[in-house]
Amino acid sequence: MGPRGVVVVGAGQGGLDTAAALRGRGYTGRITLVGDEPVVPYQRPPLSKGFLTGAMTAGELELRPRSFFAAHDIELVSGNRAAKIDREGRTVLLESGTSLPYDRLVLATGARPRTLPVPGAAALSGVLTLRGLADAERLRERLTGPPRRLVVVGAGFIGLELAATARKLGHEVTVVEAQARALARALTPVMSARLVAEHLDAGVRVLLSREVTALWGDSSGRVEVVELDGGERVPADLVVVGVGVLPNTELAAAAGLQVGDGVIVDAHLRTDDPDIHALGDCARFPSPHAGRHVRLESVQNASGQAACVAAAICGEPVAYTAVPWFWSEQYALRLQIAGLTAGHDETVVVGDPDGGRFSVFCFREGRLTGVESVNRPADHGIARRLLATGSDLAPDEVRRPGFDLKTHVHTPRERLSHA
Amino acid sequence: MAKITYKHPSGTVTIVDVEAPNTVMRGAKLNNIEGIEAQCGGSAQCGTCHVYIDEANELPLPAMDSVEDDVLYGTACDRTERSRLSCQLPVSDELDGLVVHLPEAQS
Repeated sequence: MGPRGVVVVGAGQGGLDTAAALRGRGYTGRITLVGDEPVVPYQRPPLSKGFLTGAMTAGELELRPRSFFAAHDIELVSGNRAAKIDREGRTVLLESGTSLPYDRLVLATGARPRTLPVPGAAALSGVLTLRGLADAERLRERLTGPPRRLVVVGAGFIGLELAATARKLGHEVTVVEAQARALARALTPVMSARLVAEHLDAGVRVLLSREVTALWGDSSGRVEVVELDGGERVPADLVVVGVGVLPNTELAAAAGLQVGDGVIVDAHLRTDDPDIHALGDCARFPSPHAGRHVRLESVQNASGQAACVAAAICGEPVAYTAVPWFWSEQYALRLQIAGLTAGHDETVVVGDPDGGRFSVFCFREGRLTGVESVNRPADHGIARRLLATGSDLAPDEVRRPGFDLKTHVHTPRERLSHA
Repeated sequence: MAKITYKHPSGTVTIVDVEAPNTVMRGAKLNNIEGIEAQCGGSAQCGTCHVYIDEANELPLPAMDSVEDDVLYGTACDRTERSRLSCQLPVSDELDGLVVHLPEAQS
């Protein structure tokens, strides 16, 4: 490793964790962490939940105190964006004009919300997306105060969490989803149905298999109507669009790196330039759990990949094989997903979906690929461990009356000595 | 305010003052103590803020609820009878002098 050090572009969870993991491994070179937001790295998951209700402040969102950066000799460049990578000169040029030479470059550029390609969506005020702290602050301002009519476009994680939060705050909420069920790509049908039932019980209007065709505003340019296919017009004071994200790959593409719904990386999260890594929401990597390249959007994925990239930079490369997991909180439901459930051909439900505590075990060709749990955190945690070590848990065993995953906890791998 | 001691598997010992109502997890983050990940930010979802309470502890810890108990089944290092999620341990004067041991791995 030369004297130029490591430049990390993107100061979200993955970028910050890369810098921290490098120092944790004893890396002593220069580390520069570049972020386009004018704040220290913060947690995003509460932005659709506790931050909107006021249960959490912006300060409490900070992943590390400000003192962390000086204490670990990490140069945090915030409110600045990387404009260009010069691969030959191994330099990143920032929009401010600063150029940062690197020995290794890490792209942790994240993703941005997709917008709604319908008339009115771009021009009207009161049409928001939710990704960053600034988005959440705008939204919080509008959700504080008298009840409003909120239309959420998209029944994904962000949309449904936001719908639950807005109901909690007393707003009138309609969710419009183009697919026939909520979270169709991410969840099993039984889990989708349970989530939707929960929202209906809470008084949310959930419209499935419906497309938004246009947004209409009043004379001041403020949104007031969401028009659906078939002509129905839903009155709205506020519209939040949660129809997925696009990975931020422009910087990589302009530098000639291989991209395609994400920056393409190998099992060590290296791009086709050996000096450049990519990780987190922006990276498409070969997952042994999926059996193909995937791009995942989660804290765990960003954080786990950060550790992997730091290891590679420190000369101890290991393939990234961590079990993916995800969580969501809506009303009293704690939804946790271990593994990747897409492509399953068999499911076994344990517990009672209508009783508020159940798990869906997903199998492909008889092998466990993932477990979705509601309010059964032991199932989730044990499933993560089983999936990490390779499980021979058979569907018939899970189907047996009285099945309890707690009896499948591995024998202790290690015990901490307290001598 | 309470003095909390974090003991690393490497033998490193860090003693810091943590102010109420921060949790033992947040106390580690605020003081740049490594070895606690807390990927879920402290909502008892992930089990990556696992600690072992010191054997000699006599301080009154808050009771463990069923969620915490369940999450501890999934920690990277096996649970023992001294395992807790540090995000579920709010600091108070009563916890002054608490000693926790960090596991070898959190994820």
